Amino acid sequence: MLWAVATLTFFAVHLVPGDPAQAILGGPGSQASQEALDQVRADYGLDRPLAVQYLAMLGRLASGDLGDSYALKTPVADLIAGQLLGTLTLALLALVVAWVLAIGLALWSTSAGRIGRAIAAGIELTAAALPHFWLATVLIAVFSTSLGWLPPVANDQPSGLVLPVLTLAVPLAGFLAQLMREQMLDALEQPFTTSALARGETAAGIRLRHALRHAALPAVNLSGWAIGYLISGAVVVETIFARPGLGRTLLRATELRDVPVVIGVVLVVALVYVAMTVLTDLVSRAIDPRIALEERA
Amino acid sequence: MSDLELSNRAVRGRALPRPPRAGTVAALAFVAFLAVATVAPWLLQTADPLAIAPREAFEPPSAAHWFGTDESGRDVYSRVIEGTATSLLIGVSATAIGLALGLLLGGLAGLGGRVLDFVVGRVNEVLFAFPGILLALLIIVLWGPGPVTATIAVGLSTAPGYARIIRGELVTVRSSGYVEAARVLGHGRARVLARHILPNALAPMVVLATLGIGQAVVWASALSYLGLGAQPPAPEWGAMLSAGRTYITTAWWLTVFPGLMIVLTTITTTVLGRALAARDGARR
Amino acid sequence: MSAPVLEVRGLSVAFGGDGRRRGARDAVEVVRGVDLTVEAGTCVAIVGESGSGKSVTARALLGLAGSGALVRADRLTVAWADRRDASEREWRRTRGVGAGLVLQDALVSLDPLRTIGREIGDPLRIHRRMSHAAARARAIELLELVGMPHPTITVDRRSGELSGGMRQRALIASALALDPPLLIADEPTTALDVGVQARVLGLLDEARARGAGVLLISHDLAVVSRIADTVIVLDRGAVVETGPTAEILGAPRHPVTRALIEAVPTEVPRGVGLTTRDRPVRSAQPVVEAARTASAASTTGRTPPPPPAPALEGIGLSKSFRVGAGTTHAVQDVSFRVERGRTLGLVGESGSGKTTIARLALALAAPDAGEVRLAGEPWSPLPERDRRTRRSRIGAVYQDAFGSFDPRWSVGRILRDALVAARRDPSDAAVTALLDQVHVPTDAAARHPLALSGGQRQRIAIARALAGSPDVLVCDEPVSALDATVQARVLDLLDELQRDHGLAMLFISHDLGVIRHMSDTVAVMRSGRIVEHGDAERVFTAPEHEVTAALIRDSPRLARGDGSAGFR
Repeated sequence: MLWAVATLTFFAVHLVPGDPAQAILGGPGSQASQEALDQVRADYGLDRPLAVQYLAMLGRLASGDLGDSYALKTPVADLIAGQLLGTLTLALLALVVAWVLAIGLALWSTSAGRIGRAIAAGIELTAAALPHFWLATVLIAVFSTSLGWLPPVANDQPSGLVLPVLTLAVPLAGFLAQLMREQMLDALEQPFTTSALARGETAAGIRLRHALRHAALPAVNLSGWAIGYLISGAVVVETIFARPGLGRTLLRATELRDVPVVIGVVLVVALVYVAMTVLTDLVSRAIDPRIALEERA
Repeated sequence: MSDLELSNRAVRGRALPRPPRAGTVAALAFVAFLAVATVAPWLLQTADPLAIAPREAFEPPSAAHWFGTDESGRDVYSRVIEGTATSLLIGVSATAIGLALGLLLGGLAGLGGRVLDFVVGRVNEVLFAFPGILLALLIIVLWGPGPVTATIAVGLSTAPGYARIIRGELVTVRSSGYVEAARVLGHGRARVLARHILPNALAPMVVLATLGIGQAVVWASALSYLGLGAQPPAPEWGAMLSAGRTYITTAWWLTVFPGLMIVLTTITTTVLGRALAARDGARR
Repeated sequence: MSAPVLEVRGLSVAFGGDGRRRGARDAVEVVRGVDLTVEAGTCVAIVGESGSGKSVTARALLGLAGSGALVRADRLTVAWADRRDASEREWRRTRGVGAGLVLQDALVSLDPLRTIGREIGDPLRIHRRMSHAAARARAIELLELVGMPHPTITVDRRSGELSGGMRQRALIASALALDPPLLIADEPTTALDVGVQARVLGLLDEARARGAGVLLISHDLAVVSRIADTVIVLDRGAVVETGPTAEILGAPRHPVTRALIEAVPTEVPRGVGLTTRDRPVRSAQPVVEAARTASAASTTGRTPPPPPAPALEGIGLSKSFRVGAGTTHAVQDVSFRVERGRTLGLVGESGSGKTTIARLALALAAPDAGEVRLAGEPWSPLPERDRRTRRSRIGAVYQDAFGSFDPRWSVGRILRDALVAARRDPSDAAVTALLDQVHVPTDAAARHPLALSGGQRQRIAIARALAGSPDVLVCDEPVSALDATVQARVLDLLDELQRDHGLAMLFISHDLGVIRHMSDTVAVMRSGRIVEHGDAERVFTAPEHEVTAALIRDSPRLARGDGSAGFR
C-alpha cells in the first residue's frame, strides 16, 4: 500500500515538466547558472536514469530515510518528526470532540419531537456545509476580536487549541450526526426495538443500549476517512491559526515545490490513514460480528 | 467525499430523510438566484464590482453597500455576485472531470471482469490514502498553482469516490433480479446492458453530481484561499476570502459574505441532491 | 378458577386521526371492537390475512401500537392489571413481567449487535435488577429450557451467528425470562423450515402446559390448528368468527373463514380449485386427466411414434460453489424429468439445493457435471449465443416478482419487452391478451408494478413468462411471499394455464402442502441430493425415505374437525 503510494508519487513527480534542480536552488526565479544546476543534479542523483533513481528512493524509504528537503536542506524525516505530534494532537482532539458533539446531537434529535428534529437536521446540514477556512475566520472574529475570550493565534496554552479544534470538529460533527441520526432512526424502527420494548425496556434504554450501537457502526467506519479529512483540514487551520504542524509544512513545501517534503508528508499521512483504517476495521468487527461472517461467506 | 458516502446510502434506497418541502423550494429559489448571477450578473449588482473608490474603503454593510466595501472601496455585494460565475464554473467543471473519470474507472471495474476490477480497486485504494485536499495539493505541486490546475486537482481528487460508488451500483444492478429475468427472456448482452444495467446504475449520477458540485465549490475555494487557485483580485469567492483575511480584525464583512455564499451553495446542492435521492428512492 | 390472564372487550385502534393538527384526516380504524379472552393454560389464535389488523391487536395488548395510534377499549386487562389509559411507566410493569412477546424472524427481532445472553437477560436486569453474572446464568438456564444446543457457548453468540431455529428459540427464551403468565406470539414460525416450525410450536405448547396463556397470531390456519384451543378470525379489523378450533375448522360459518380454510392446499387433490368464491369447485379431474394423458393417447394411435422426450430433463447434474476456503456442493448427481402437461414438484428445506436446480434448468449457471436437456435436445452444453433464440421456450417465475421487474418500467413495457425477446409483435393487443390470460385488468399496463398488489405482481411475472409461449415453466417458490387466499388464486391460475397450454412445470417450494397440491411427481431434496423421487400420491402416502417422512410429519396440516387439536 505505502509502496504503491510512494511509486505513484515518484512517477507523477517525474512525469511532469519542471526541473527539481531549479527548485533546489530557490525556485524558477533564482536564475541559477548552468554549472550550479549540473552540480545540484549530480549531488541529488538527478542525472541518473529514472529506474535507478526509483530504486534508490525505495532503498532509502525502506531504511526510513525520506531524503533531504530542497529548500531547507535538512532531512525530511526530522522535519516531519518535529511536526507530526502537533498535527496528530489537533486531529485526534477534533475527532473526539466531533464524536461527542455528534452523539449528543443524534441522541437529542431522535428523542425530540418534529420541530426538534427539523432544527437538528438544519444544524447538521449547516455544520456539514461549513468550509474550514470560513469557520475559522468567523470564530476568530467572534471569540478573539469581538469577545476577546480566546487567542486568535495558536500558542502553547490549551486555550490556543480551542478554536483550531472547534474549526475542525464542527463540520465533521455535522457529517457524523447526520449519519448517526439516520442509523438510529432506522434501528428504532426495527423489530428488535419492539422486542426490547416488550421486555420492559425504557425509551432511553433503547437508545443507549440498542440504537447507539447501530449508529456507532458507520460512524466508526467513517473515522478512518475522518482522520484523513482532518489532517487535510489541518493544512488550512494551521495556516490560519499560525500553528506549526504537518499541514503548514505541506503548504510551504507546495508553494516552494519542495518535492521530497511533499512526498514525505503525503507518505506519512498515508501511513496514518492506513493505520487508522486498520484500527476502525478492528473496532467495527468488535461491534458487529456480522462483518467477519459476511467475509467468510 | 463524506457527503458522497452519505448520498451513496441514500441512492441505495436506505433513504435519508427527505428534506422538507419548504427547504427544497428555498434551495430552488437560491439556484435561480445563482443562475441569474452567473448569466446576467448586472441584473443583481448595485455597483460596478471593479470600480475603485478609495474614500469609501472599509465601509461596513449599509443600505448603499449591502455587504460593505473592501480596502479599495469596491462594493463587496457586487463583487460576490460577479464571482458567482467563476466559482460555479470551477465547481461544475471539477465535478464534471471527477464524474467523467469516476465513470471511466467505475465502469471498467464494474463491467470489465475480475482482473480489471481488482486493478482498479487497488488503484482506488491508493488514491484514497491521499485524503481530501492532499491529492489536490500534490497535483498543484506538480503543475503549479492557478485556477485551471485547481479545477483539475479538485476534479481528480473526487474521482476515486465517484468511481467506487459507480462500481458498487453496477455490481448491484448486474446481480439484480430484473437483469436475470432479462437473460432468461433471451435478451442479448448488449441489450441488457443498454436497457437495464446502464440506465439503472447511472440514474443516481444526477444526485451525485448535484451533491458533488457543492463539495467541489468548497474545495476549489479552499485552494484559492490558500493562494493556490484563483488569485486576488479576481472576484472569486475563495480568493476574496483570502484577500479579506488580512483585515479580519477590522472588516469582518470582507470574509463573512463570500464565505456565506459558499455555505449557502453547499447547503443548496445538498438539499437538492437529497430531494432527488428521496424521489429516486421512492420509485424503487 | 382464577380470572383469565387476558380480557379484552371492544378494543379499537385507529391511526392518523388528530383533530388538533392542521390538515387532519379522519382516523383510520384498523382494529374495530375486538373481544378476546385468554385463560391460563390455553392457547387462543388470531387468524387473518395481512392487513386484517392482527399484528396491531397484538401490539396494542402491550401498549406498543405506536405513538400515532389511538387505542380504546371497554376492558383491557392484561395479566390481571387494568391497562386502559395506562401510562408508559405502568405499561413497562406489564411488558416482560405480565406478558412476553415473540415476533417473527428473530434475525431482526433480536438485536444483531448484542449477544443473545444480554438480550435474554434484559428483562431480569430491568425488572429484577439482577447483576450481569446472575442474568447470564439465568439466560443459560432458559436456553436449556428451550432446548438450545450448547447453551453455555451460544449464550455469548449474536443472532447473526445462529441458525434460524436457534434464533427463534433464543427469542422465545427472552420472552419466557420472567415466566410471564401471558405469551403473545406474532407469526412465530413464518419463514422457518417445517422441522424448525414444529419445534417452535412445541415450545409454545410446553409454555401452555406449564400454565401460561398463549395468544398466537398467524396467517396460517394449518399452523394454528396444531396448538390452538380457540380460534378468532379477523377480517379488516373486526372479528368475523370465533369458536373452538375444531368447530371453526370443521364447520366454518363465515365466508372469510371458509376462504381461509379452502385456500390451504394440503389436502386438496391435484386439479381441484382452491378458490371457491370466484369459481365453483371444478370437477376438474377428468379435464386434467385428459390433458395429462394427451401425450399418452397419441401413443395409442395406429402408428405409435417413439415415446416423446421429456420437455425438461436433468441428467446427473452436479454444481458446487467455492465459499471462502471451502467448497459447498449445492447439487450432487441429480437427475429429473418433467413431461409435457405435468408438474414435477421439488421440495426440501432451505439450503437443500432447490434454487440451484432452478438456475441450472434455466441455464443461468452451468453444471460442473451432467447435462440439462430441453425437449430432448442439449440445453446446458450450448453456447449462450445459440441458447438465446430458444430461451422463449422456457419461462421462469420467481418468489420476488417485484425484484424481477426493472424499477423504471411500467407493466406494459415489461410485457412488450418480453414479447420482443420472443420475437413476437409487441402490440397493445398482445399485451392485453397476456394480461387477460392471467386475469389482470388491462388498465394495469399503464401502471408501475409498485401500484399493484403482491398477487397481481406475481401474475404479471407469470404473464411475462408466458409471452414466449414456452413449453416449460420453472417456478421457484412462486407463492411463498403471498397471503393464503392470494396464494390459492395464483396456484389455481398456474393450474389453469398448465391445462390450457400443456405446460411442463418444474415447481419448487418449501411448502409441502403446495407441492402436494400442484405436483404429479415429487422429488425431495436434502443437502444437494434427491433422496426420494416418485409419484406424488405414493410419496406422500407411503414415504420411503426418513427425510420425506420427517417433512410430512412436521408439516402443519388442518386438523379438520377431528377434534384433536393437540400437538404431539
